[in-house]
Amino acid sequence: MRNRPHLAVWKFASCDGCQLSLLDCEDELLALTEAIEIAHFTEATRTSLPGPYDLSLVEGSITTPVDAERILEVRRQSKVLVTIGACATAGGIQALRNAGNMQDIVAAVYPSPQYIRALATSTPISAHVPVDFELRGCPINKAQLLEVISAFLAGRKPVIPSYSVCIECKRRSNVCVMVQGIPCLGPITHAGCGAICPAYRRGCYGCFGPMESPNAAGLTREWQARGASSLQIKRVLRSFNAAAEAFQAESLKHGD
Amino acid sequence: MTSMPQPGMARCIEPAALQALIDLLAQEGYLIVGPTRQDDAIVYDRIAGLDDLPAGWTDVQAPGHYTLVRRDDDAFFGYAVGPHSWKRFLHPPVETLWRALRDGDSFTLAAPSAPAPRYALFGVRACDLRAIAIQDRVFRDGAHVDHAYADRRRSAFIIAVNCGVAGGNCFCVSMGSGPRADAGFDLALTELIDAAGHRFLLEVGSDAGAALLARIDNVEASMADVDSAKAVVSHTAAHMGRHMETRGLKELLQGQPQHPRWDDVAARCLACGNCTMVCPTCFCTTIEDHGSIDGSSAERVRTWDSCFTLDFSYIHGGSVRTSTRSRYRQWLTHKLAHWIDQFGVSGCVGCGRCIAWCPVGIDITEEVATLRVAVEAGNEAGHEHD
Repeated sequence: MRNRPHLAVWKFASCDGCQLSLLDCEDELLALTEAIEIAHFTEATRTSLPGPYDLSLVEGSITTPVDAERILEVRRQSKVLVTIGACATAGGIQALRNAGNMQDIVAAVYPSPQYIRALATSTPISAHVPVDFELRGCPINKAQLLEVISAFLAGRKPVIPSYSVCIECKRRSNVCVMVQGIPCLGPITHAGCGAICPAYRRGCYGCFGPMESPNAAGLTREWQARGASSLQIKRVLRSFNAAAEAFQAESLKHGD
Repeated sequence: MTSMPQPGMARCIEPAALQALIDLLAQEGYLIVGPTRQDDAIVYDRIAGLDDLPAGWTDVQAPGHYTLVRRDDDAFFGYAVGPHSWKRFLHPPVETLWRALRDGDSFTLAAPSAPAPRYALFGVRACDLRAIAIQDRVFRDGAHVDHAYADRRRSAFIIAVNCGVAGGNCFCVSMGSGPRADAGFDLALTELIDAAGHRFLLEVGSDAGAALLARIDNVEASMADVDSAKAVVSHTAAHMGRHMETRGLKELLQGQPQHPRWDDVAARCLACGNCTMVCPTCFCTTIEDHGSIDGSSAERVRTWDSCFTLDFSYIHGGSVRTSTRSRYRQWLTHKLAHWIDQFGVSGCVGCGRCIAWCPVGIDITEEVATLRVAVEAGNEAGHEHD
């Protein structure tokens, strides 16, 4: 078999959902394995080929001293490093601890906290090593993952727009839920999901993090005018992308 | 066929005849799209007949607000325009332009698989007829013809409706585009509900419209019906929800690239792009190329784009319009001023969609009015110093 580029998939602090998106590509999986060699992907195979790797997909955030070291080695072994998902690009839901007291949190969760060796913060991969591309989402959209891999194989820029969810929402002819009274993060959220929640008459939860030029203050001002409380606003901005700069800064204006 | 209706003449039909008209269009292979109630809004989607129309409903609209309420009659068309515009059908949001298949060292091009349906657009308002005419100019009538658009347009049958209700965000009178449909349709309806019953005055706008009308039950419109139809339109014209002063507007906007009002609106604008998506004349698109993983095929897809995205103005070295201020100014000044230089008409038809469907309720008429007052006050102050 010809010499295929080697792909590695790495897991840090995460739920594995984004890696599973790769296995979810059932129809495309055969074509994928013909185009690339899966060299390291413990979710899929116990085979692990040594580096270097042509493309590394990195899931999860950095939350322990061990992982802070391990990501340096992953970077050293990877020609191209792409982070996948909200944990790897923004710190994930676990970054909620960044604002709290780590000792208190560990004591509240674990019966024997003395065995826990964790960092006080959950940080994105880009806080530790240079990242070549960040794919957003909680979880990522598998079509976008295939686009990133196809673009890598063809040596072109991936078509992953960073505008608002509203553009996707309108393209699929949804009726705007926010105008109809449902608070929605769509106008300040990065596209990529295909506007799933508004299509089912729910407000956007911001799974893909901030869009390219988020005016979070402008949006929350409107929510408040429509009756949302500071507590509601704070909470909605503190989820999978709580530590993303635009969401974090705005949420802090609505409470600690 | 001595009684064959002619373009320009007025006839009167019963609701049952309107259903017959829809049935005839369906028999002729048209995909009929018209107003229907979905997701608490009146949208444009496939309809089979009068039962699908939002009879007895109307909309209450304001900046950033849209709600449906019951009317006290069963009017089929007793509402203003909703979130969709007809560009959804004539200029679709996602369109595959071509596919390429690898063939050894070469490749072959394949046209998109399914041809576009023949649309019958049912219930098109005057403002939207003007919007279609504007997109015709952009896509069909210039030096570079978009053939797919031209095909969809050529095969479309248009049934207009003269507005019986002015929405809270409507200002077609200011833009000279309504509320009466005067051109660009095959047939035009005016809904009449009074002591004489529920009926429609029907005007013929084309030979195709005349031919269809000849196949349904119709009678000559009485003078009273013609007068009633005129009164419906006059009443709507007199109750516009908004107003935009267009006198000298092009020069006003083109002369104010640095006005502080642009900063004010930029603080409110989310740069989400909703206004451009709902605008019936906004025509900008982007091109995306996708390839299969094995490199055996590729496709080029055209999608609606917006001047509010950073990529829109991306050229070598980065985006030209990085601030929301510059992007909002670009949209507004193009729509209301540069458009006139480019196409000979304003790009705004006064439908009010950008006002209703802005998540934070930015009102284009208010922005223009505020800017005008500020500029004119500044000019007067300047003259006092002279």
